[in-house]
Amino acid sequence: MPEVSLVEAVNLALAHEMQADESVVVLGEDVGVNGGVFRATAGLQERFGKERVMDTPLAETLIAGMSVGLAAQGFKAVPEIQFMGFIYPTIDQILNHAARLRYRTRGRMTCPMVLRAPFGGGIHAPEHHSESTEAIFAHIPGLRVVIPSSPSRAYGLLLAAIRDPDPVIFLEPKRIYRLVKQQVPDDGEALPLDVCFTLREGADVTVVTWGAMTHETMMAADQLAEEGISAEVIDVATLKPLDMDTILESVAKTGRCVIVHEAARTAGMGAEIAAQLAEHSLLTLLAPVQRVAGYDTVMPLYRLENEYMPDTARIVEAAKNTMEMS
Amino acid sequence: MSKDKGSSTGSSTRVASFEIHHTRFLDHNGEVTGELPEFTRDSANLISLYRAMVRTRIFDKKAVALQRTGQLGTFASSLGQEASFVGIGSAMRTEDVLLPTYRESGAMFIRGVTMTELLLYWGGDERGMDYAGPREDFPICVPIATHLPHAVGVAYAMKLRRQPRVAVCTLGDGATSKGDFYEALNMAGAWQLPVVFVVCNNEWAISVPRRAQTHAQTLAQKAIAGEIEGEQVDGNDVIAVRHCVSRAIEKARSGDGPSLIEALSYRMSDHTTADDASRYRAKEELEKQAINDPITRLNTYLIGNNLLTEKDREALEAECAAEVEAAAKEYLATPPPPSKAMFDYLYETLPASLVAQREFATKRGSGNA
Ligand SMILES: Cc1ncc(C[n+]2csc(CCOP(=O)(O)OP(=O)(O)O)c2C)c(N)n1
Ligand SMILES: [Mg+2]
Repeated sequence: MPEVSLVEAVNLALAHEMQADESVVVLGEDVGVNGGVFRATAGLQERFGKERVMDTPLAETLIAGMSVGLAAQGFKAVPEIQFMGFIYPTIDQILNHAARLRYRTRGRMTCPMVLRAPFGGGIHAPEHHSESTEAIFAHIPGLRVVIPSSPSRAYGLLLAAIRDPDPVIFLEPKRIYRLVKQQVPDDGEALPLDVCFTLREGADVTVVTWGAMTHETMMAADQLAEEGISAEVIDVATLKPLDMDTILESVAKTGRCVIVHEAARTAGMGAEIAAQLAEHSLLTLLAPVQRVAGYDTVMPLYRLENEYMPDTARIVEAAKNTMEMS
Repeated sequence: MSKDKGSSTGSSTRVASFEIHHTRFLDHNGEVTGELPEFTRDSANLISLYRAMVRTRIFDKKAVALQRTGQLGTFASSLGQEASFVGIGSAMRTEDVLLPTYRESGAMFIRGVTMTELLLYWGGDERGMDYAGPREDFPICVPIATHLPHAVGVAYAMKLRRQPRVAVCTLGDGATSKGDFYEALNMAGAWQLPVVFVVCNNEWAISVPRRAQTHAQTLAQKAIAGEIEGEQVDGNDVIAVRHCVSRAIEKARSGDGPSLIEALSYRMSDHTTADDASRYRAKEELEKQAINDPITRLNTYLIGNNLLTEKDREALEAECAAEVEAAAKEYLATPPPPSKAMFDYLYETLPASLVAQREFATKRGSGNA
């Protein structure tokens, strides 16, 4: 079994599902002949033809809106938005249509689509290519928001997203597109869309994160272990709907929680998780919940991006803070 | 269209020169102005168009009355535009898909949407979008022009499946100013998709007149840049609308690509029941438009050619009125949906994280029979 990177796992899942299900259609800018600017759709047009792997005109509203039309006709559209920085025109379609088509027609029409987009910083990209704005989508009722953080989770979660009968925003952390390779059997096995993944068990502090930050967090857990602090690491993976049960259970055990995300702090998903911890576990917490997040600033150009993004040291520090408080 | 480039160097290629064709068969006096299309030879076709317009108007009047008496939410009247909407609806085949905005009651009725469903919708009840009839037709679209990309997707689906079906998308004059309009039109042209866009130009976008939307002389010409056929039709001549839309639909059905039709009409009502057009529109303008009434026009033709008697007309009106009253009664007798309905159609399976909210809403809500 060959080892694949995260972006190759995305490609594997797309190919698998296009082969298995004739109703799956891929569309977007440069996804066909070029195979996508990150190669996520490489080879698909050769295999499945120009009609099922469509190079669209450069028009994001159209790409998302067409996908709604295709979905309403029983296709499973998998549109790609080239970078998350250009996803915003699609919000009109996602919020006003995709996420509520089932609801407003009482199930007469549904919208099984997966809007994929690479996101996040750390690759020295040009302006508008590095933001993490997943919370915008997590706020929208009727949607699912999924972020894989490893090749095998990318494969299994993307399969699940395509098979899901409702619209999914699938955000791919591009900094780790090629960071690690894993053996990923192309067995068509999907992962659940509504549970967190516990990446490492621990007893002292729960560190909750997703996307590229799982890597910094795992390194932080290693460092903490060297200092005798046992961290449990949770990859949320599905930001919406949020599996709070897994997080609450973990925090019930550790009594401490650090939430790590690349996105700006205010009204980020960390705020929602912290609020729910306050609602459900306040009396069993041994220390205040800590957030390690991007600053509430514009995502800087790349000379400062590493300062903007949380790093291992900041995560370690926050975890130690929670230890010192009790 | 080319401007004098004076002494500048370079060369010019003529890429487009255009005329916009305008179709009309009946003038405002009901006089025939050209050879009538084939379908008009069977007077039953004309009577059915007439009936559909009358039905729409009687419904419209009832809906406004219900709103005025606090029994319906905001409603968008189609007064004056009945010929456009009925013409469009009647040009479609059952298996085609209609993607309307919010004013096209006449088209929706022909498609099989019931009056009760439409009243439920404007009466604040999503069940009004669960059409028992045209299951694949899109529901009303409030965010202007956002349904144009849907029409492109629907047409693309039809093309992928090699189905001889067509997506018909209606929009207002104001909608042609939005980017969605251009994105959709451009894509429909690029892929030669089976879609027909009909701009129902009623001269107003709430308080903004048509001339303030664009410097372009016609809205139909906006098709030219995408090398799509664009034409105008008298939107108050139901025969002409049906003829032109039907021709465009059949062209699309046979694989010859999309069209844009601009149906010229006039909004005789306020924008919606929440609007007061007297604030921005002169009374004289409205009065001047009265002679173009689409129903009077066809009525004059039918009576003048002995295709309809006064008695027939009265009977037809009474039948439509009875139908409207029955629908209004059914609508008014429909209890509100249970609170849990907010949750039950959100996802196919309610996520566990929403179960507690659903229970809470059910306990606290009203109408939970
Ligand atoms: C995107 C968007 N912007 C603004 C509105 C508010 N609005 C509702 S109808 C309307 C005017 C639409 O005019 P037109 O397209 O000519 O259609 P008409 O109502 O005249 O049939 C506006 C501005 C809206 N619904 N959607
Ligand atoms: Mg208008």
